[in-house]
Amino acid sequence: MGDPSTRLLWPILGLPTVFWILLFFIVPFYVVLCVSFGTVDPVFRSPIPIWNPLDWQFAQVQVVWDRLVGPNNFYLPAVLRTLVYVVVAVSACLLIAFPVAYFTARYAGRYRGLVLALLIAPFWISYMMRMLAWINLLQPDGLVNSIITLGGLVPLNINWLSGNPYTVVMGLIYGYVPYMLLPLFASLDRISPSLLEAARDLGASGFDLFRRVILPMSGPGVVAGTLLIALPMMGDYFTSDMLSKSPNTAMIGNLINLSIATPGQSGQAGALLILVLLVLLVPMIWYTRSNAKAEVRS
Amino acid sequence: MTILAAPADAALKATGPGIRPRLRGTPGARAYGLGTITAVYLLWALVPVAITVLFSFNEGRSRSAWQGFSLRWYTWDPTGSVINDPAIRTALTHTVLLAVIATCITVPLGVLFALALDRWRGRIPAGANFIALITFVIPEIALAIGLLFMVTYLATPFGLGTWAQVIGLVTFQLAYPIVICRARLLTIGAHYEEAARDLGASAIGAVRRIILPMLFPAILVSSVLVFADVLDDFVLVRYLSSDASTETTSMRIYQTARAAPTPALNAMATIILVVSAAVIIVGWLIYRRWSRRQGENTDISSLANTL
Repeated sequence: MGDPSTRLLWPILGLPTVFWILLFFIVPFYVVLCVSFGTVDPVFRSPIPIWNPLDWQFAQVQVVWDRLVGPNNFYLPAVLRTLVYVVVAVSACLLIAFPVAYFTARYAGRYRGLVLALLIAPFWISYMMRMLAWINLLQPDGLVNSIITLGGLVPLNINWLSGNPYTVVMGLIYGYVPYMLLPLFASLDRISPSLLEAARDLGASGFDLFRRVILPMSGPGVVAGTLLIALPMMGDYFTSDMLSKSPNTAMIGNLINLSIATPGQSGQAGALLILVLLVLLVPMIWYTRSNAKAEVRS
Repeated sequence: MTILAAPADAALKATGPGIRPRLRGTPGARAYGLGTITAVYLLWALVPVAITVLFSFNEGRSRSAWQGFSLRWYTWDPTGSVINDPAIRTALTHTVLLAVIATCITVPLGVLFALALDRWRGRIPAGANFIALITFVIPEIALAIGLLFMVTYLATPFGLGTWAQVIGLVTFQLAYPIVICRARLLTIGAHYEEAARDLGASAIGAVRRIILPMLFPAILVSSVLVFADVLDDFVLVRYLSSDASTETTSMRIYQTARAAPTPALNAMATIILVVSAAVIIVGWLIYRRWSRRQGENTDISSLANTL
């Protein structure tokens, strides 16, 4: 392997992707920084990026920061709402996904292939189509309301689709739970049945078995699944837009999305995005590192 | 999906529920409860989508009251059907076009990078790999805004529209072929290549004639995954679209779902669903044929491990 042509082969194969990532991942984020730490044209309300980091100005970050924690903190409710929605939705996803993944890994028997295929199905059904499905069902005259009112007998008209937080959280659970299921299934599937058998033989009750064997061993899967859905959910704006379209259920993603659409606020959108990414940076790096390590180990 | 983890199944059967001493509740009873939960979950997950598909065949305009079967919203409605509504037609063709182009760029880039990563040590490839992997958890809106700003404030040779969308999608999807091919390369190991080299193959020859053919299932699986995932993409394609001509089906659903749409919207969503399913089924058939011919018991559930 000593000749130079061989030594050069591997970098040559890899360089196109390295350049691609440099150009279309690193550069875009640098531009976001330059726009957020730039200024705004006072007449045209268009952002003026500042390319030299030494000249960066922090006026737009200051604006966003004041809206978050300052006296005029109208961003704060959406931020707190996002945290509540994400915590509730992720917990519910865990509660749903754990028994389902456990059943599939251990008890599905000859239906295992079928159950797995059905669990994977929502992956290739578009997210928007799945939200459309619920919009159809939850319309004022939709199927859900006609079932609840027994076909119009009970005078109960629930408005699901404008500003109903339960609908939005349900939508988040519905949308993200498949992404939780796969890593959980993978980690539960790796637990050897003989290990459970041994615990049983040593006198573990069903609850002991769950608490002292299954739960610790599925820990990495639980953490991976949680991060895999919680982090993207932090930037979600379309679930709330589709199922509510009301500022009463706006999440951080909606704030960013709305700022982008408002003239002169691009820099503020960028600044808010940077703040969000700063908070998410540690868990993102943590997930990616453990993912890369697991890959090498397997 | 029947080839999934056959050895594990055998192990389960050998030690399966029923033969262990009864301690607290029979395992059979617990599996029954878990089975019910699983069944209810699957119904909840899939029935709403099935209803959406069903109502794409509704005779009337309603998306909640069944008025008889018809293909009206696919074919013969003069203005609203998929065939006769130019906006829907454009959305469908553009979505498939994006999926084809993005897959054709993402998979070769990812495969070559995975090959390089096997031998090329150092900070540059490790850093690039790290960034590619971070796309699994980064909120998509972050990359979308980054690319939007880049196209808007830098003099890029491409503007918003198809190429910006393709670039965003490729960047976001690169992790799939990289992760899947690396996993496959690890199972292949180095000895085939070493043998080829001992027999006089050049480094490039060994990659081309030994490694690439053995990578085939990984290439196939990542192509199918990337294709299906791009069909569903929403955030990137919306931020990077230019006008109505670069609208995709997911954008169309987002824009019209709340504004009294007709079942034609359901019909459009159903068509994308069918395209996606067809690609997956064809991919799976090819995969099965390949693994039978190779006599290999390759395990799809390793996919679950990569996420």
